[in-house]
Amino acid sequence: MIQVSRRELHSGRAFLLVLMAFTVLPFLSILTTALHPSGSLPSGLTWPSNPQWGNFAEAFDVANMSTLLMSSTLIVVMVVPISLVVATMAGFAVGLLRVPGARWVLLLFVFGLTLPFEGIITPLYFLARDLGILNTRLAIALPLIGLYMPFAVFWMRAHFAAMPAEVSEAAEVDGAGIWNLFWRIHVPLARPPIASLGILLSIWSWNQFLIALVLVEDPEQRTMAGALGAFQGHYATDIPLLCAGTIIILLPTLIFFVVFQRHIVAALLRGSVKG
Amino acid sequence: MTSTRRSRARRASPSVSRVGGRRRAFAGWLLVLPALGVYAMFVLQPLVRTVKYSLYRWNGVSSATWVGMSNYRDVLDDPDLIGAIFNSLRLIVFFSLVPVGLGLVAASVIRRVATGRVGTIVRTVLFLPQVIPLVAAGIIWGWLLSRSGLINQMLSGVGLGGVGRAWLGDFDWALPAVGMIGVWVLLGFCTVLLLTGMSKIEPSLFEAARIDGAGWFAELRAVVVPGLRYELGVCLTVTVISALAAFDIVYVATGGGPGNATAVPGIQIYILAFLERQVGLASALAVFIMLLVLIVVLPIQRLTREAS
Repeated sequence: MIQVSRRELHSGRAFLLVLMAFTVLPFLSILTTALHPSGSLPSGLTWPSNPQWGNFAEAFDVANMSTLLMSSTLIVVMVVPISLVVATMAGFAVGLLRVPGARWVLLLFVFGLTLPFEGIITPLYFLARDLGILNTRLAIALPLIGLYMPFAVFWMRAHFAAMPAEVSEAAEVDGAGIWNLFWRIHVPLARPPIASLGILLSIWSWNQFLIALVLVEDPEQRTMAGALGAFQGHYATDIPLLCAGTIIILLPTLIFFVVFQRHIVAALLRGSVKG
Repeated sequence: MTSTRRSRARRASPSVSRVGGRRRAFAGWLLVLPALGVYAMFVLQPLVRTVKYSLYRWNGVSSATWVGMSNYRDVLDDPDLIGAIFNSLRLIVFFSLVPVGLGLVAASVIRRVATGRVGTIVRTVLFLPQVIPLVAAGIIWGWLLSRSGLINQMLSGVGLGGVGRAWLGDFDWALPAVGMIGVWVLLGFCTVLLLTGMSKIEPSLFEAARIDGAGWFAELRAVVVPGLRYELGVCLTVTVISALAAFDIVYVATGGGPGNATAVPGIQIYILAFLERQVGLASALAVFIMLLVLIVVLPIQRLTREAS
């Protein structure tokens, strides 16, 4: 610890406590609200006299949470593995093989890095309609694979571009072909960045709202976040139930965060620095 | 960091080109092709179509009529649409300037008074809102900012019950209130990113500042801010994009209301394209917002590139 005056120590810590309270109080407020009797109108932050833990079960039922969990999981399962394979191959070709025209390819992908999704949501709707996938989970998954691709390719490229040349040279002495060089040597070495990318893409797909809202009408075929919007529409007046439903929907992300905490923080930060 | 990466990369390339040749280039392109294909199909082609739609009047069903630039003129003339662009610019203050400024102060305070485990706890807690769906953040704050919500309860607690109101339903306060949600979501991200950057600043610089008798603020100005120019640029880029491209939070917290007080381009595009069936107008607004992102983000990128 740095030598600081007692006064600075106290005021600094007080400041940090205020920031932490600002972050945590909203979570506490929806928790206590969720425990009030369904249909009542509690005030901000009061512990109920008779906590209604049953609200969570009720919200779970009325929002069809088991279906939603399944639906979100299916979308993540469609988006993440394909994105990882496709982006790793491209990152390898651009970052390590340096195919002719690699710079041009990267330049094309740069556009996608800062693209607001609402910029192309209208044509995506008509595209999904023409492909006959509107209102299916494919309508969410396929555009997401495309939209996350620029980030994913840049992410993997950064890893492969930093690989020491000796690794490839050693393999070439063995006479390994390009596919073997990729699959046997470089993919195993790239496991950590692939894992981090997988974690990021899972969170982003799970939390995706706009694409789900527009391309799939039935909330039960959407992502968790997409369904939450519909849930809010139905239960806007029943605040305790709405809060219980919100907690159920954000709980998986919080658990995921606690489990993979170090990975997630590091990945999100590195991701943005690269982007 | 970047320079070592670059020199390594330079060493990597000759070995590859040596074995190179046409077969290698062919195989490389085969590996790139799936990524390019899915990107072209679901991003580039829709991007071109947005521009194309913006030149037509079209309701999405019957045949489209060519109208040239008139949709763009309509966006500029319609107070609701140009107003949405201004709203998103005002959101930059809350989504970007406040979290970056507050995050900078928080990071430097954490470094000085909360090292070790306390610092880790502070970082983890502040980061929590970043991982939950933005929709959930919108619903949580929709409740907190309502008439019987926590904010008003706290205000009455300190004797300010008189200023209490339904914040998100108030014409003057709705936009700052939505901005508040952005502060909550983005503060932890900025703090943690800047803290990571600070760990890369030469410790001797802090030491020198200390010997010179620099207090917290002098250290911030002389050591921290110059050392964090790159990270500050990244924070600004990410948060500015999240302000200009805001949709989820606004959609669930206010739906753009009251009136159009919190309508942002994302909301207006959604309403125009999918509720009012004015595809051409929606697309013209979409082109505006994509250009705006580039116009704001490119100078920030440029500044930070020069810095590093």
